[in-house]
Amino acid sequence: MLAEPRPELGLVAMDGPGDPEPSLRIRDGRVVELDGRSAEEFDVLDRFIARYGIDLEIAAKAAELADDEIARRLVDVGVPRPELVRLSRGLTPARLARVVALLDPVELMFALKKLRARRRPANQAHVTNRKENPALLAADAAEAAARGFAEIETTVGVSRYAPLNAIAILVGSQVGRPGVLTQCAVEERRNLQLGLQGLTTYSETLSVYGTEPCFVDGDDTPWSKALLASAYASRGIKVRFTSGAGAEALMGHAQGCSMLYLEARCLAAIRAAGSQGVQNGGVSTVALALAVPGGTRAILAENLIAAWLDLEVASGNDAIASHSPIRKTAKLMGQFLPGTDFVTSGYSVMPRYDNVFGGGNYDADDLDEWLTIQRDWQVDAGIEPIAEDEAVAVRQRGALAVQAVFAALGFPPVSDEEIELATRGYDSRDLPDRDRAADVVAGDRVLEEGISGLDVAAALDGADFTDAAEAILGLQRLRVTADYLQTSAIVGPDWTVESAVSDPNDYRGPGTGYRLEGPRWAKLQRLPHQLDPAELTAGQVAASARLVAKGEARPGDGADEVVLALGPAFLTELRETIGGLAHEAVLAALADGVRDGGCRPRIVRVRDAADVAFIGHEGARLSGSGVAVGIQSKGTAVIHRADLEPLDNLELFGMAPLLGVDSYRAIGRNAAAYALGHQASPVPIEIDNYARAKLIVKTLLMHAKEAEAVEPGAPPLELSLELARA
Amino acid sequence: MVADFDPRSDYPLGTRRPDLACTPSGLSLDELTLDALRAGRLSNDAMRATPETLLRQAAVAHAAGRTQLAENLARAAELTAVPDDVILGLYTALRPRRTTAAELERWAERLEREYGAHSVAAFVREAADAYAERSLLAPGATAEAGRR
Repeated sequence: MLAEPRPELGLVAMDGPGDPEPSLRIRDGRVVELDGRSAEEFDVLDRFIARYGIDLEIAAKAAELADDEIARRLVDVGVPRPELVRLSRGLTPARLARVVALLDPVELMFALKKLRARRRPANQAHVTNRKENPALLAADAAEAAARGFAEIETTVGVSRYAPLNAIAILVGSQVGRPGVLTQCAVEERRNLQLGLQGLTTYSETLSVYGTEPCFVDGDDTPWSKALLASAYASRGIKVRFTSGAGAEALMGHAQGCSMLYLEARCLAAIRAAGSQGVQNGGVSTVALALAVPGGTRAILAENLIAAWLDLEVASGNDAIASHSPIRKTAKLMGQFLPGTDFVTSGYSVMPRYDNVFGGGNYDADDLDEWLTIQRDWQVDAGIEPIAEDEAVAVRQRGALAVQAVFAALGFPPVSDEEIELATRGYDSRDLPDRDRAADVVAGDRVLEEGISGLDVAAALDGADFTDAAEAILGLQRLRVTADYLQTSAIVGPDWTVESAVSDPNDYRGPGTGYRLEGPRWAKLQRLPHQLDPAELTAGQVAASARLVAKGEARPGDGADEVVLALGPAFLTELRETIGGLAHEAVLAALADGVRDGGCRPRIVRVRDAADVAFIGHEGARLSGSGVAVGIQSKGTAVIHRADLEPLDNLELFGMAPLLGVDSYRAIGRNAAAYALGHQASPVPIEIDNYARAKLIVKTLLMHAKEAEAVEPGAPPLELSLELARA
Repeated sequence: MVADFDPRSDYPLGTRRPDLACTPSGLSLDELTLDALRAGRLSNDAMRATPETLLRQAAVAHAAGRTQLAENLARAAELTAVPDDVILGLYTALRPRRTTAAELERWAERLEREYGAHSVAAFVREAADAYAERSLLAPGATAEAGRR
């Protein structure tokens, strides 16, 4: 739904009439005015940002720079990221919003590419299902991990399921690929508890809002959130905050400000709290931003502010942005092409029905398209192709592993039937119902007995899932080293931590930074659904007819003669048209049509041309009537006459895939009519505007075969058709 | 505490300085093995960073120009000594309108006295000041706030 802006309700994307003028006054080493408010008027966010979020020394320097000068530096390839990040430390929220608003969409994207924290973009998966079936959760998590997702998030329909769901995706993910980080988004206290027990490794539930009343309605303050962030870190759990355009307007407390300005306040508070990163860019309220003018641009702008503030960015694209696939994908490109730390903050790897987050902007059914868009643009947006049999194998192994863990821990059993259906089923409707009452009791036991990641590892080890057990120990080592608490950390191959410290984005212009090339590009371009060109022209049916050469073709003399001029590969190298018609059937239909029209067909092969016009024209020159039908092996046909220029014609049939046997018969009839000087109405042809897109590769390959068969300078051959009908 | 450590080159600890990372119970990284798990030598309580490790990570963040992340990690280092239920209690106390100024001050004193968590204590006191100004203390307790 599109809506007119209502700035007083916060229903405006950016540059709202109620947004404050940027200002910053410092006295005696303290901020005494921030964005139009004096210290006495500061609300809880102003206080927090003024106290922890502004570097006063840099602020003094930033004050000397005009907005447009800063904006220019954002897109100046010669100004490196560290310099821009340093500058951001002295800017107020209103200034941040004001400066990024000066950039157009492509400039925003370029600046985001430059300012992303980690060198290599990654992606996060959502794994849930409506039945909270552990085998299906584990299977989906295993597949997501095998597809290269760096993080996997689950949540619950029923909160008491949280421990079991956390265990299911922990087990599944480590079976799929060791080192994938997991989380279970539930209420804060329970969330922390799961982390403490080593059942999750990260959390992004720390929501922040851009106005004080929203914060208070969310039952938090910047201080309580910051304390929680430190608490997670103290237990070795990675944390990122969450914010997004439109949340304040939706909660009725936008205070007349634009979405982008309020998001800038959120982000300033998030950095002030010492978070390494943020999930932002509309997130669950994205549809609200997209309802107003400039919404897509404002969301990209808020991703950019987050990156500029040196935060890891998980850039939304998880909740459904629009019913329109075109608008949704147009919006996605803002993050997809520049690359963000996590291009989505939750790609639904299962069908949308099973997405319990209330979203699934992109889901299992879109995976092939996502992979193809990566291949189209040569862009790495964090998802890898895997073959169908690999997917089945890893899904089954994930489900079997969770079956073993449930058995070892004395949880309600996971049946073999559940394994089979989780491995091969489409969604949770394919699976039997579990005893949910018993499951939640098991969930309670996890918390009461403190069942931990180590217990899960021991259960896996005992059931010969040694690799997965070892992987869970690897996650414990991460908690001990705390390396993954640095900005934008993910776990790469062999447990290397890739973060903004070890692998900073070093883009400095063309040829630098992360580029999709080498083995990774080879991997991302080899899609299971791409076709092997060799197969496109192979497998054509064996001919049931053959053409016998009768020597060089000479000009004919009968006025009722119509030549059927064949391309060099017709019924030799190739046996079927692009539409799948057997060449002999086509030839028989043409000949029948010519006879129907009262003429005699004569078959000639043109050997020195592959182009249909020249094939047809050569045929016409040989024809006693001066009229010929030229036909290429792929089925493209022309009715030609000797007195016309080669590239002219009587009728041309370019849409070969749409020509049926009846069409060829009609073409033969019309050719006969022209030969006898009768009137003929052109053969009706169907139009399919998708045929070209669908068959263009096959067209190329078939034409290449035709061209290969060309013998330059070879005279045309007289042929006779011998049918081998049974 | 963070001597013999170069925050610019010793990260990641796990690969560059595994000698410096150990569990609170003193197990080194290469002692965290399946064999140790089978022998019952590992416990979940030990699967976390020491305060020294977190301070080293704070130094890494600081060296990378991430002042606030460094402060967060320094607070985290202090909170390693604070039990889970105490942390959750402190979190609840910091939520809006839960606590009086005097109660927040008692939290700050306790953090200092029992856990040596000085920067967390300072953080709580700054919160108390802000809450007093913004009516975010427990109802009826705002008048008391100024006394601190």
